[in-house]
Order: sequence, then C-alpha cells, then structure tokens
Amino acid sequence: MSQATTQAPVSAPHESSNRVKLGWSNRILARPEVGAAVAAVLIFIFFLVVAPSFRSPDALFTVLYQASTIGIVAVAVGLLMIGGEFDLSAGVIVTSAGLFNALFSYYLGINLIVGAVVSLVFCLFVGFVNGYLVMRTGIPSFLITLGSFFILQGVNLGVTKLVTGAVASPNISQMDGYDLMHTIFAGSFRIGGITIWNSVIYWLLLVALAAWVLQRTRIGNWIYAVGGNDASARAVGVPVMRVKIGLFITVSFLGWFVGMHTLYRFNTLQAGNGVGNEFLYIIAAVVGGTLLTGGFGNAIGVAIGAFIFGMTSLGIVYAGWDPNWFRAFLGVMLVLAVLVNLYVKKLSTTRKVG
Amino acid sequence: MKLTTPRKILGAGALVAVFALTACSGGGAQPEAGGDGSGGGGGDSGYTFAMVTHETPGDTFWDKIRAGAEQAAKDTGAKLQYSNDPAADKQAQLIQTAIDSDVDGIATTLATPDALASSVQAAGEAGIPIVGFNSGIDQYKDVGALMYFGSDETLAGRTAGERITEDGGKHPLCVIQAAGSVALEARCAGVKEGAPGTENIQVNGADDSAVVASLQAKLQQDPSIDYIVTLGAPIAIDALDAMEQSGSEAKLVTFDLNVDAAQAIKDGEIEFSIDQQPYVQGYLAVTSLYLNLKNGNDIGGGQPVLTGPSFVDSTNIDTILPFAENNTR
Repeated sequence: MSQATTQAPVSAPHESSNRVKLGWSNRILARPEVGAAVAAVLIFIFFLVVAPSFRSPDALFTVLYQASTIGIVAVAVGLLMIGGEFDLSAGVIVTSAGLFNALFSYYLGINLIVGAVVSLVFCLFVGFVNGYLVMRTGIPSFLITLGSFFILQGVNLGVTKLVTGAVASPNISQMDGYDLMHTIFAGSFRIGGITIWNSVIYWLLLVALAAWVLQRTRIGNWIYAVGGNDASARAVGVPVMRVKIGLFITVSFLGWFVGMHTLYRFNTLQAGNGVGNEFLYIIAAVVGGTLLTGGFGNAIGVAIGAFIFGMTSLGIVYAGWDPNWFRAFLGVMLVLAVLVNLYVKKLSTTRKVG
Repeated sequence: MKLTTPRKILGAGALVAVFALTACSGGGAQPEAGGDGSGGGGGDSGYTFAMVTHETPGDTFWDKIRAGAEQAAKDTGAKLQYSNDPAADKQAQLIQTAIDSDVDGIATTLATPDALASSVQAAGEAGIPIVGFNSGIDQYKDVGALMYFGSDETLAGRTAGERITEDGGKHPLCVIQAAGSVALEARCAGVKEGAPGTENIQVNGADDSAVVASLQAKLQQDPSIDYIVTLGAPIAIDALDAMEQSGSEAKLVTFDLNVDAAQAIKDGEIEFSIDQQPYVQGYLAVTSLYLNLKNGNDIGGGQPVLTGPSFVDSTNIDTILPFAENNTR
C-alpha cells in the first residue's frame, strides 16, 4: 500500500485520480495481517476445544512468553524482509550476544552492565557489517548472512572453549550488576497468580513501535520502497543503503536484546545454542503475511505469526499428543496458517475486481 | 537509523575486537584439567589416533568426552585428531578420512551402526585397530570394532526408572531434547521399563526458553506428573525453572552432570543423576588403542566395558562436585 504511494510519481503520476475506491471491508481484508489473524483465531479455538488445560490464563501467558522470545527478533526480521533482505545470522547472534557479555565480564572481572554495553556494540557492528557487505558487494543477503551465521557459530564455540575451557559460559548470577540486569531483561511480575514476563511487555511495545514506524513515518515508506523495487526507490531519492544497513542493525539489536533476556534468565549459556531459530523468525514473518520477495507485510502480522508459532508449539503439549508427531503437527499448522492467509487475501482481491 | 559515519562504527568494532582478544589471552586463566605437566608421562609414543564422534557442536557432554580423550593422548604421548559430524553419512566419511591419513588407531561412536559398518570394516582391512565408545553397545562386534566403552542406555534408563518407582514415583515425564535420537529414545524406554507410568515429551534443546515454556506447559497440562527425568544436565537446569514457574511439586532426576547440575544435587534440588562418565569413555577409548598397539591388550575380554550407570546423589556429591567444576566429571 505504502509502496504504491512512494512509487506513484515514477510509474504513474496520475494514478491517484483513477484509483479504485475500496469499501471498508475490502480495505481490512487487503491488510497483510488479516489472514494471519483469522488463522490465529481458528488455531486458538481449535486448541481451546481439544486441550482443556489450554483454557487457563496461566497457559495463555506461557504461550505469550514463548511467542515473545521468538517475536522480538521476528519483528526486526519482518522489517528486514519487507525491506527485501534476509538475515540467517539472527538465531546465533542471540547466543553470541549473551556469551560475549558473560565471558567478557567474567574473565575481565568487569561489571555485567559494562559487558552488556560492549556486547551491544559488538552486535551492532555485526549487523552493520552484514548490511554493509550486502550493499557494497551486491551479493544476496542470503549468502552474506549465511557466512556470518557460520562465523558466529564457530566463534561462539571456539572462543567459549578457549576462554572457559568448556563449551558453556560460566554462571554469572553472583557478579556485580546482575540484579539490575536480571530485573530489566529477565524480570517478571505477578498479577492475580499469573506470572507476566517483561519480555512479553517489551515484545508488545516493540510491535507497536515497529507498526507505527512502518505506517506513519517516512522511514516506514522507505522500507516498503526499498523492498518493492530498490532501483526506483533510489530514483526517487530514498537513501537505500542507509535504510537497508539500518534494518540489519535493527535485527542484530533485537537479537542482542533477546540474548540479554536468555543470559539473565538462565545465568549461563551453551555455546551451541540458537541454531535453527533464524528459521522460526522467518516463519513467523511469513505466516504473518510478509512476502518472501519483500515490499509487503507489517509488524502486527509478524507478531501474530509469532503468536501462532507459540500457540502451536505449546498447544500440542497442552493437548498431550504423542511427542513423536510434534514436528509434523507444527508443520501442518504452519502450512494451514499460510493457506488461510492466502485464501483471505484472494477473497479481498476478487471482491475488488467485481 | 542514521549512518553518516560508517568509519567511526568500524573503528568502534575494531576496538571491540581488540577487547575481545585481550579477554581471551588475559583473563582465561583457567588451569588445564589435570594437566600441569603431570601428564605426558609416555613422552612421545609416536602414535596418532583419530577420534570420530556424532557430536552436535557445543554440547557440554561431548566436551567431557573430548577432555578425557585429550588427557589420554597426553598421558600416552600420542597425537589426537578429533572430528565430528552428527550426520551419519558424514561421520562415515570422517572415518574414511582417518583411514586415508593412515592413523595408528581409530575410536568412533556408533550411534548409527548400519551407516558406519562399511567404514569400520575398511579400517579393519587397512590394519587399523578401531574401537567403539559411547553408543553402539549391541552392534559394535557385528560391525567389526575390537572393544567398546560406554553405558548401556536402556540399562541406565531402567536403573533410573526402578529407583524412581522405589521412591514412590507414579507418573514420570521423560524429556527428549533432540528429536529422533536413538540413544535418548532408548534411555526413556529404559525409564519406562523401570517406571511403567512414564510419558515422553520432546523439547527444542537448542533454545532454553523454548525448553522451559514446553515443560511449563506440560506441567500445567498434567499436574499428576511427580517426577521429571531430563537426559542432559543443561536441560535439568531448565526443568528447575519450569517447575518453579508452574508451581509443580515434582521431583527432578537427570542424566549427566555439569557444574550447575552438580550444585543443584548438592542443594537438594535434583534427586540424583545417572552419570555415564563421559570423561572415562573418551579416556578409555584412546588408552585402549594405545595398549592394543603397544601390548596387544584386549580390554573387556570380548565384552563391552561399562562406564555407567553411576549414581550421583546427596551421598557422594561432595566428592564429585570438584571434578564437575574441573570439567572431568
């Protein structure tokens, strides 16, 4: 939608005059997140019916927690995909961020807060390098970030082994600065007997922020523009390089954020962790209506995608089904979600024509 | 989002890299496990041994196997070439690589004996002694390995299950952290033999928060679960978190050890651990090759040598905790 707005001056200056007027129902149906929302409601009702223990508020907040740990990074990955790029290093950088903080602070005897800041600088640097290399070399981001994925995975293992003599970070819970960092990143509070994790609140805030940036700001328009067609975006004066590098940096920033949560929640990290999560982020974005080709999608859709993932992966547990089928159930749910998504989108386009 | 000064950012990054490097050389002053020049007694025996495993990189359990193997290489004055790949076909290829580079002996895990049989036989034909360890207790002879060091997964599971039943457990939950692993499935099957009410669950072991959320969901779904059996020490720590979150009164039992799990046993949060002593597996696998070449020995006399199940609980944790901290237990 916004993509059409930015491209308008290039392709069809007078398009606005003969634009098809859409009724409110069609306008809602044309939004990227509607299909995902319909799928989410269907899956939610499904699990309410088949899994009695899914019906408690406790269960809902466990699902929300699971969704937030995927959803926070997925927001950034979604923005990046709308901007037309991928980041396969998004899963391991979460582990890198936590390991960096733990090892740096532990072995230099430095306050954890300082370690977290240095870790942040490191992560932002990785994001910058990803973006810079993609833009400068023209090599697809899929390949560049596949490279950084392997580098980070190897460095995580290699450095951890070198520094600690083992392949897990030391337990940091006795160090200076732990209490504050734990409260900020891995804190939780209780309302009426239900535990609510900070990460859920952060997730919802970040989604709101990302949605606002995408829909209401110039940067949002730029993101749609570079994802739709970066040559024409460049032609109308969008700073393509800065936008895309910024998006990569956003991914590694939120990766760092979740890394902090993981470290301060569990106090120690295994160096091999995080591998495979990059696909979960991409799946959340795609289920939420983001196009793999870029230029289309929104933040709320990505959030719903993460929620569907959390709901499905835990709903299977709540339903008490045979664990050997776990992945199969998950796959079926995800494909169904995408199909519902597609169907709703088709519904909206046919109505538009007729 | 502004990026007017990429150079400054590059500079900052370089600075961080320097920091990171100093962190490695300066602070990482952990003493080598048991080394300190006391090893290497054999001087240089001139042997080169290859160790090939199905390790998924970055798992604390395998790190101990490797630590044991390296100590054994040091003690026998041998060189150790370690390689690993979780995919069976690639592991077979790694064994072939070791044969090609004409090592003096090969120690390999046999998690997928059928896939590895031809490579193991090729080693035999090339006159290279090959021993199995960690997994493959029932098949190591068939595929042509000389000796075997490890634990019997089913036996270990059954031992745990029997003890749970003795302690009054009715409905244990067995947590599988890697989908489709033969060894982990065998352990849970063993637990079920000892405690018939056992139920399995699968979790994503590569993501601690996912492990906690899944276990929390399970404990909420089924409050009758009275024991949780985790198959790796890091998963046990996640389980403690999930139990606290869901207010579960279940008791926790685990396989394997790490520092945190050993501490939790000392603190009474974990009932006991079934330890298969991975350090010993790595150590014996290499030492047996050395003795076989040097002295024609056959350890176990044609029978597998069991390294577990060994119970770690409140009665012996004080002895074992320092070794866990040392990454050797």
